[in-house]
Amino acid sequence: MQDWSKDPELQVQHLTMRFGGLTAIGDLSFDAGRKQITALIGPNGAGKTTVFNCITGFYKPTEGLIKLRHPDGKEFLLERMDDFIITQKAKVARTFQNIRLFSGMTLLENLMVAQHNTLMRASGYTIGGIFGSGHFKRAENEAIEKSKYWLDKVNLTERADDAAGDLPYGAQRRLEIARAMCTSPRLLCLDEPAAGLNPRESDELNKLLLSIRDDHNIAILLIEHDMSVVMGISDHIVVLDYGRKIADGTPNEIKNDPAVIRAYLGVEEEETPADVVEAAVNAPAVAAPVKRIAAKAEPKKPVAKKGGRK
Amino acid sequence: MSVAPKNNAVAQDNKSLTTSALTKDLLSTAIITFLILTPIVALKTTMNQGVLTISERWWMTFVFVAIVVGVRLFLHLFVWHKAPSASTSTRVAVAATKSNITEAIAKNMATGLLIFAIVFPIFTFFHPIWDKRVMDLAVYIMIYIMLGWGLNVVVGLAGLLDLGYVAFYAVGAYAYALLSTVYFPQWFGTGIIPWAFYITLPFAGLLAATWGVILGFPVLRLRGDYLAIVTLAFGEMIRLVLINWFSFTNGPQGIEVPKITFFGLKFKDEVGSFSDFFGIAFNRIHAYVFMYYVILAMALATYFVTKRLRRLPIGRAWEALREDEIACRSLGINTTTTKLTAFAIGAMFGGFAGSFFAARQGFVSPESFVYIESALILAIVVLGGLGSQIGIVFSAIAIMGSFELFREMDFMKAVLPSGSEPIQFRMLAVGLAMVLMMRFRPRGFVTRREPTVFLKEKKSVSADLVAEGHG
Repeated sequence: MQDWSKDPELQVQHLTMRFGGLTAIGDLSFDAGRKQITALIGPNGAGKTTVFNCITGFYKPTEGLIKLRHPDGKEFLLERMDDFIITQKAKVARTFQNIRLFSGMTLLENLMVAQHNTLMRASGYTIGGIFGSGHFKRAENEAIEKSKYWLDKVNLTERADDAAGDLPYGAQRRLEIARAMCTSPRLLCLDEPAAGLNPRESDELNKLLLSIRDDHNIAILLIEHDMSVVMGISDHIVVLDYGRKIADGTPNEIKNDPAVIRAYLGVEEEETPADVVEAAVNAPAVAAPVKRIAAKAEPKKPVAKKGGRK
Repeated sequence: MSVAPKNNAVAQDNKSLTTSALTKDLLSTAIITFLILTPIVALKTTMNQGVLTISERWWMTFVFVAIVVGVRLFLHLFVWHKAPSASTSTRVAVAATKSNITEAIAKNMATGLLIFAIVFPIFTFFHPIWDKRVMDLAVYIMIYIMLGWGLNVVVGLAGLLDLGYVAFYAVGAYAYALLSTVYFPQWFGTGIIPWAFYITLPFAGLLAATWGVILGFPVLRLRGDYLAIVTLAFGEMIRLVLINWFSFTNGPQGIEVPKITFFGLKFKDEVGSFSDFFGIAFNRIHAYVFMYYVILAMALATYFVTKRLRRLPIGRAWEALREDEIACRSLGINTTTTKLTAFAIGAMFGGFAGSFFAARQGFVSPESFVYIESALILAIVVLGGLGSQIGIVFSAIAIMGSFELFREMDFMKAVLPSGSEPIQFRMLAVGLAMVLMMRFRPRGFVTRREPTVFLKEKKSVSADLVAEGHG
């Protein structure tokens, strides 16, 4: 039994999602360990974001079970819950592939909105707040302190009072993570957090994610194409292709998994680059492209194309 | 006081910057205009008993040329060259003082307006002929300011486009009308009638809020254009129900309702009235001044409650909803209740205003709650700048005030087709305001968003970044 299956934070079992005739995810099962970083990788269109949308309640899965267990033993069946309830009760937070910040609001306001439910209770569902109750003021100060902590953590304290839309791209990505963390999650789902970051920025991102895992004891589920991030920090990698799981294991196991290499680099393709063709035909050379993954030389999306795949 | 030197500075600025270019430009403008106008205006052909003769009208040509040059000069000074002049290095100091002044004005604007609004009725005593009309107009404008502030919660903060806001105004008005004339006398006896307005007010707000929620529920899933259409339909539905449910609302004939009283004392020339009670001579202005203060208090309550709400989690959630609904849900915000509270609170203010409207008129009928009223209130909010409370004051004054101007424009009769009244053309004012706005201030008078919370320094957010909402 693998490390992550002993006491999983998240269990996905037989998850299937169909859109009309298209099966985006087919019978997917995996576990995400507590206090671990689980990466979900796969070529474009493999169904990674669909898995995320099912876990965070944005889609209702056609079949399957998604179970979240808190350390205190509370269990939540996510496939039955509304998206905002999942964040509120089951404590799952997420970021988006195309950043979704409140761009007209300041950084601090963005983080305050993330603490809405706590503040709402403290303000007596607005009634106490209108009359300026002391309880609410204390709660608000605490919320500001928490926001400050996370702004500091993502190196954005200097810009706390600027509009979120004014930030450069990399900073927006970090702010989105900080905002998700302000909801006090147990499981943090990050959809391509390193997309569009330069190498120095993705290094910082690695440190941030490791600190979230180690200092805050939070499980992270990660979709990422940047292999330097995936191989550098993940404890556990799940590989998807055409909505099905093709491999599941530690980074080292994944690096050497023939099915993964086939999915990523393709076999017997007329358009594949020469070295890849060579790699596919010549078994000992398989290691070459894999080394490329391991050596973090792969910039973003893996090159491999398969016929009929967008 | 501080505005005048600022304008002078800018004007001198531009002249010194572009004197030669400006002269050249104006000269060429004059020549071109003159050349164009010569055949059109200066030389007029007339048929004189079968003979074509040319009469000359040079004076008119020169007047036109002067107007064109004047307008162009004005545009040069105040419209076209503002930005370049500020960016020139030598003008930085001027620009800085200018922005300081603007900031100072902006900061004290609200206080200044408040003081002006409170002392305003005093001025009417110096103008005995106009006082009633001026006060009546002030009351009228104040109602629209309050409605604008109420709708601002829905459209400006939560970003939900509501074209049927007048429905809640109607609910408030009819709540007052029916409760004060039918139900309260039935339940508590006729003695309650003078107090009806004050007792009904909370009920009117509550009823309107309830209707806000009732409207909110079915339209929760709709966004943008679809939401706008459904709210529009809702506004019409309420009006049609008011017209056709004869046994309940008295249909198109409307209902006579008791006018507003000074806490039970009527504004009439009789024993036991306001003037009798205080031992002063009866004057109709008393009623107007009192109504003005009532609506001022109600509008200010709207203002401060909204301002407070913006800083509470619910207000922040509204604005976040306007920015990005999906992100809101991912943060655990229940967008359903958030939208419904926005609808309910906006509707409540509309209901209060409607109740006051009925008490001011002494009469309600479905005619007062037509679609154009909704459009007008929305125009006030949009022209003021979505989400801006101060902007709405100015746009309400501009739009409702210009309506009144059209009523006064007797000279328009000379221009307009015979038999038409200038007042019928008042919608032109809204149209003109909207066109000017599109050209010069596409995001309304006040475009910057004030943050609700800050760490070190309060920096307003440029309108380019603020979302307008998707409905």
